[in-house]
Amino acid sequence: MKGTEGATVAGEDMPEIARALFATGGRMQMVYAWQPEEGVAELRYLASPAESRRFLMWRCRPDGEAPSLAAIWPAMGWYEREVMDLFGLGFRDHPEPNRLILGDDIAPPFRAARGAAEGVERRGADVPRGLPELDQPDVQLLPFGPVRADVLESAEFTFFYVGERILHYHPHLFFKHRGMEQRFAGLTPTAGAVMAERVSGVGSVAHVLAYCQAIEAALSCEVPRRALYLRALLAELERLYNHLHYLGHLASTTTLKVAEAQGKLLEERVKQLNARLTGSRFLRGIITPGGLRRDLAPERWLADALVGLRAEAARFVDLLEHSDSHRDRLITTGRLSRPVALDQGATGPVQRASGIDRDLRRDHPYAAYAELPLTVAVREEGDAYARALVRAAEIEASFALIERVLMKLEEGTVHEALSAVPGAEGLGWAESPRGTLFYAVHFGADGHLKRVKIKSPSFSNWRVFPFTVHETNMMDYAINEASFGLTIAGCAR
Amino acid sequence: MAFWTWFGLSEGKATTAWPGRGSEDGQQGVLGMPRYAPELCEAGCSECAAVCPSGAIAVAPGAPGGITLDYGSCVVCQLCTEACPSGALSPSQDWAFGVRRREDLLWSPTAQPARKDGAVPRAFRRSLHIRHVDAGSCNGCESELQALNNPFYNLHRLGIFFTASPRFADLLLVTGTVTHAMLAPLRATWEAMPEPRFVMAAGTCAVSGGIARGGYACGSGLEGVLPIDLYLPGCPPNPSAIIMALLALQGRMPERMARDRHGE
Repeated sequence: MKGTEGATVAGEDMPEIARALFATGGRMQMVYAWQPEEGVAELRYLASPAESRRFLMWRCRPDGEAPSLAAIWPAMGWYEREVMDLFGLGFRDHPEPNRLILGDDIAPPFRAARGAAEGVERRGADVPRGLPELDQPDVQLLPFGPVRADVLESAEFTFFYVGERILHYHPHLFFKHRGMEQRFAGLTPTAGAVMAERVSGVGSVAHVLAYCQAIEAALSCEVPRRALYLRALLAELERLYNHLHYLGHLASTTTLKVAEAQGKLLEERVKQLNARLTGSRFLRGIITPGGLRRDLAPERWLADALVGLRAEAARFVDLLEHSDSHRDRLITTGRLSRPVALDQGATGPVQRASGIDRDLRRDHPYAAYAELPLTVAVREEGDAYARALVRAAEIEASFALIERVLMKLEEGTVHEALSAVPGAEGLGWAESPRGTLFYAVHFGADGHLKRVKIKSPSFSNWRVFPFTVHETNMMDYAINEASFGLTIAGCAR
Repeated sequence: MAFWTWFGLSEGKATTAWPGRGSEDGQQGVLGMPRYAPELCEAGCSECAAVCPSGAIAVAPGAPGGITLDYGSCVVCQLCTEACPSGALSPSQDWAFGVRRREDLLWSPTAQPARKDGAVPRAFRRSLHIRHVDAGSCNGCESELQALNNPFYNLHRLGIFFTASPRFADLLLVTGTVTHAMLAPLRATWEAMPEPRFVMAAGTCAVSGGIARGGYACGSGLEGVLPIDLYLPGCPPNPSAIIMALLALQGRMPERMARDRHGE
């Protein structure tokens, strides 16, 4: 696959490969399945090595069951379960083999004849959603959702608790599963961009950017410089409105009403600038495979508008920093240790708040990031406060990046034509406001999309989140959830 | 120590006077549905239908210009306006499309008279409580619904409130394509509402299934699932479009006044 160093291996070799990767400080990112031809299922494992800028990809076609890597890389557990649900493939010795994405009564929509064992017995599949057994009469069970208070995305959360204390917490996040990856099949690259923008609305730019970069890698397309700079501009505007919303929402959970209003007002201002710049409050309809659909003219007016906004955002962040009632609720809340963050696959601001210094914009630069000054904020504490501080620092960093983009923006074309390559494959990535986002695309023989896999940051971070909830208390839950800043659309797809 | 009260007071009022007074709806530059001029259509051309990713445009010999256009399926991607060689489809700022009848979202050569009677009894004009259910959205609609309570739009000033319990709700506002898994919780929410109860399909996904229509995990929106009193396509509908649709539902504003931004 373009964008990666690849190797074909036997499925039985994967545990050894995974252990070696762990020993050298690399990181397993995901596994997904696809059908290169009718009736054949192939697994693709993606990893980022410790030192190289190239991603690694292993492919294998297991006969029957593949060995589960969840014992070596716990974060792989959900990806394997997704493959089981959607493709009917089995993973041997999976620690939690019950359904994740689809209900128990739904057959795998992509069951392939060869490589997919018919009637693979899924041990534990009869345990509803993998909930622990409850045999203590004083432990109470609270199912909350999927329709929750306020305007929120649908998800169901199950709490086992005694008084204020949460003993165990389990989120069920796939009520909203729309089968988006499958919706790409058969589309042209241009139509696929419209689809990618609608996977996670508040991550429209990151999704379409990662998608387009995957297409461009597959088809060996060089995007013009001006388009690369404007793509970085759009990505940072997206980060701005997301992070401002995040701080406003976090303030609402600590009942800081004026701060909530101010954060959401600043978010609205950025969305209005987005619309002025692109015609869309979510910056949709601009990025397309090969560059941009049309040129943008941001130079003077946007820079002027952002000067005022930057000062207001800085003042807002400073006031939050000096609000003791707010900080008291965040400090030590929802602590995520570095080892758990690493094992369970935390990404984005969440991992950076737990001391893991990774950012795709710096480590695997795309768009114009290699030529832009980027400061990556990292904190060690791993609590809700650290997560808020990392995002607050990223707001200022985004303003600085945008300022530089607008200074360096050169005249030029913004689109390069693409020519179809039947059977091409490519990997694209972006550091979304929520973290690492990958798109893997496979073209069919007809030059249309055959398989698109999306590794979304919310899928990763929702996997991590429960580890910060077990053994905490109810009063902190809403604050902790807000401090992760996740979407469910991105997770469920 | 931060003095938030002082800060809030010193910042002054951020709320727009629209729609009561003025035109500051906050949507400068927002692109809406394509505007269609069939007399400009070239015979035998079907470029728009070929690029439309959500099936909103279909080739129909005999129809004006040879195509039919369903705004209820439009995801506002603008691909048709770029593909159209003759300018028959052009970008516009027509984003206010809240209507009571599904067929009013189909383009037709004659403009429908703007209805002003509203879909709810007069008693709800001064106070409307909404229960929102996300039935499988991309979170874009939720982002815009949440924006309604930011200081710029400040929905409360219009006597419209979101409520946590369906027992207190007059209107069920549904977003998303209605996934198989959300069908039962959605119906249960509706069942729990006291009568009279009303339903609004907000966003193209809820109106017609949108971009996800036809997959293994979802249906085609709210049609046939619940009785719908107001349709508001858009991807997503912006906060001002939502406000206009809610006011149209209450009979405080005519529904989709014309194929234009504010009916100018």
